[in-house]
Amino acid sequence: MRIAIMSDIHANRQAFEAVLAAASERGAARHVILGDIVGYGGDPVWCIDKTMELAGGGAIVIRGNHDQAVSDPSVSMNETARAAIDWTRTQLSETQKTYLAGLPLEIEDGERLYVHADASAPARFHYVSDAETAAAHLQACRARVSFCGHIHRPALYCLGANGKTTPFAPSSSTGIPLLQQRRWLAVMGAVGQPRDGNPAAAYGILDTDRGELEFHRVGYDIDGAAAKIRAVGLPEGLATRLFKGK
Amino acid sequence: MPKVRVHPGDVIDGFTIGELAHRGGMAQLFSVTHPDHDFPMLMKVPEMGAGTDPAMIVGFEMEQMILPRLSGRHVPRFVANGDFATQPYIVFERLTGKSLYPMLDDLPRPAEEIASLGCRIAAALVDLHRQNVVHLDIKPSNIMFRETGEAVLIDYGLARHLHLPDLMDEEFRLPYGTAPYMAPEQILGVRSDFRSDIFALGVLMYFFATARRPFGDPQRLKGLKKRLWRDPLPPRALAPDLPKPLQEVILRCLEVNPARRYPTAAQLMMDLQDLSKVTLTTRAEKLTRDGWGAVIKRRFNPDPMELLRPQAATQSAAGAPIVMVAIDLSDGSAELADALRLSVSRIIEKTPNARIACLNVLKIARISLESDLDAEGNNKHVARLVQLKHWAEPLKAPEGSITYHVIEAVSPAAAILDYARENIVDHIVMGARANSAMRSLLGSVSGEVAAQAPCTVTVVRVRHAAEPAE
Repeated sequence: MRIAIMSDIHANRQAFEAVLAAASERGAARHVILGDIVGYGGDPVWCIDKTMELAGGGAIVIRGNHDQAVSDPSVSMNETARAAIDWTRTQLSETQKTYLAGLPLEIEDGERLYVHADASAPARFHYVSDAETAAAHLQACRARVSFCGHIHRPALYCLGANGKTTPFAPSSSTGIPLLQQRRWLAVMGAVGQPRDGNPAAAYGILDTDRGELEFHRVGYDIDGAAAKIRAVGLPEGLATRLFKGK
Repeated sequence: MPKVRVHPGDVIDGFTIGELAHRGGMAQLFSVTHPDHDFPMLMKVPEMGAGTDPAMIVGFEMEQMILPRLSGRHVPRFVANGDFATQPYIVFERLTGKSLYPMLDDLPRPAEEIASLGCRIAAALVDLHRQNVVHLDIKPSNIMFRETGEAVLIDYGLARHLHLPDLMDEEFRLPYGTAPYMAPEQILGVRSDFRSDIFALGVLMYFFATARRPFGDPQRLKGLKKRLWRDPLPPRALAPDLPKPLQEVILRCLEVNPARRYPTAAQLMMDLQDLSKVTLTTRAEKLTRDGWGAVIKRRFNPDPMELLRPQAATQSAAGAPIVMVAIDLSDGSAELADALRLSVSRIIEKTPNARIACLNVLKIARISLESDLDAEGNNKHVARLVQLKHWAEPLKAPEGSITYHVIEAVSPAAAILDYARENIVDHIVMGARANSAMRSLLGSVSGEVAAQAPCTVTVVRVRHAAEPAE
């Protein structure tokens, strides 16, 4: 089976649509959303509705810090993120707010773990940013393969028999064999707000038959996404950063 | 990890184990058969026990990752991988030929043979590098030949796939490789430069030409590092009959800084195909090692070496295309010649490491039987070469980056296509026949080339004023 793994959609309808279409073309039969469906972007209502529709069809959906912040003011955030969440709250129905608040922080599915950020403390939303933080994550969980997002930059970490964690920056969509005798942590890039210098939307496809993970990028209508951010009056920086992917 | 012994007669995942074909320090190779596969196969089984070198196991994992992703005539065909949870193995095509290793008993070899071997190994490297893999262990025992003559590169235990995680890189602090063949940057821990394989091939050719390894066989890191500053004895000092162009090629492969080596295996192969076209530099003339002054300067004040990151390696190779310019001197259109030159100069500007081959086809009625001299008694061949050089002069291309070729052929299009295939040309630039009447009468050479070329083709045409409507 081919599973599309998406993270950090951030209310970017254009990017979300482009990723769903691309993943479907690549044969994705199942979806996993690793959290942060809302925040930053101008289309939270549409993105939640789409997510709920996918969940109805069997998708796994995880709660991110922005999703939690909608109904939990204790989540710490910078000023821009806070402004976006305050606006988002005014847009959502009670059903949608309840849906976000009720999402799980992590889900284990066989040998796989899905979580928004570092698994050693899922509710604290720590970034997995290097081999050291990846090692903390891998030590804290049992899953052979785990997936997170949150940092908006794709990466793959591998734990060998000698206990060392090897980082890897994906450089193409070549399927990477997740060797059985090792443990892996895949950090997915962002669908809706990439920050690795590449403005294209990021997602991954896990091929469970081949035991391979592919990191993909797809171009989307950035103009449209930025126009929506401006139209609803969110901070200008949230629109301009989409073009740079930073 | 379970320790399972494999014995002849066992059946593992449908493979029936045959005789032990080879026992190396790190793995056993068994001949195997399988009802679904009708070609000879080998199963490589790692030796795993308490004292096993962890690097060997990682190397085996790397080979399991890389081999299934390779294809073509220059690699053994992959069949299956065995799981580490039960019995790790790799099954691949068994090659019937021999490796180059037995030839070590019979060195030195003649120059023509070295050029031919080098050329075939370079062709295999071109194919491997195109698939984003650096071998990092090119040496005689890892090179075999098919009955059809193609070199096959085996053993990917030290190799690096630029789009896959490098498990080797992060696990070990010491550089891994085969001491005599390791490139300087490999010794410094860089495992992502295609030019490291070019260095190793240079070591191999030097060894085959002189019966001596250029840097010996050092056993310690300190000895390995010596090649960063101490240059080898020029091969002609050991084999005085070695042609200067071959020494030029070998010493260019052995440059310490990868940036001074051939930028791609394709460019190396092009030189080895025709040593008479190699541009000779001081490398060709050298008969002694550098003086102590130069050596001490390199030792304590080395030139900064170009150390590539994996992401840059493919771009670096892409910046060194082989470009063939097919120039039709008989057409006589100065405008077209200028337009063609402008196109080529833009390529040189964008890709300064490009290798430019200027080709002119001397059309003949049929093969041979025709005098090489024209009516005035001039040598047509030489005259064409002079014209080609005259055409290219304003390009001001760096020395050694441009060569000139006059080829006699009945069909210009076939000659251009053959040349492009044999030299792994990346880009053909040629003019279109200006006169449409001539084109419909004689057929379009550029049209035929564009339709059949194995690479990109740019057809340059001069825009003329629109003809008045009738």
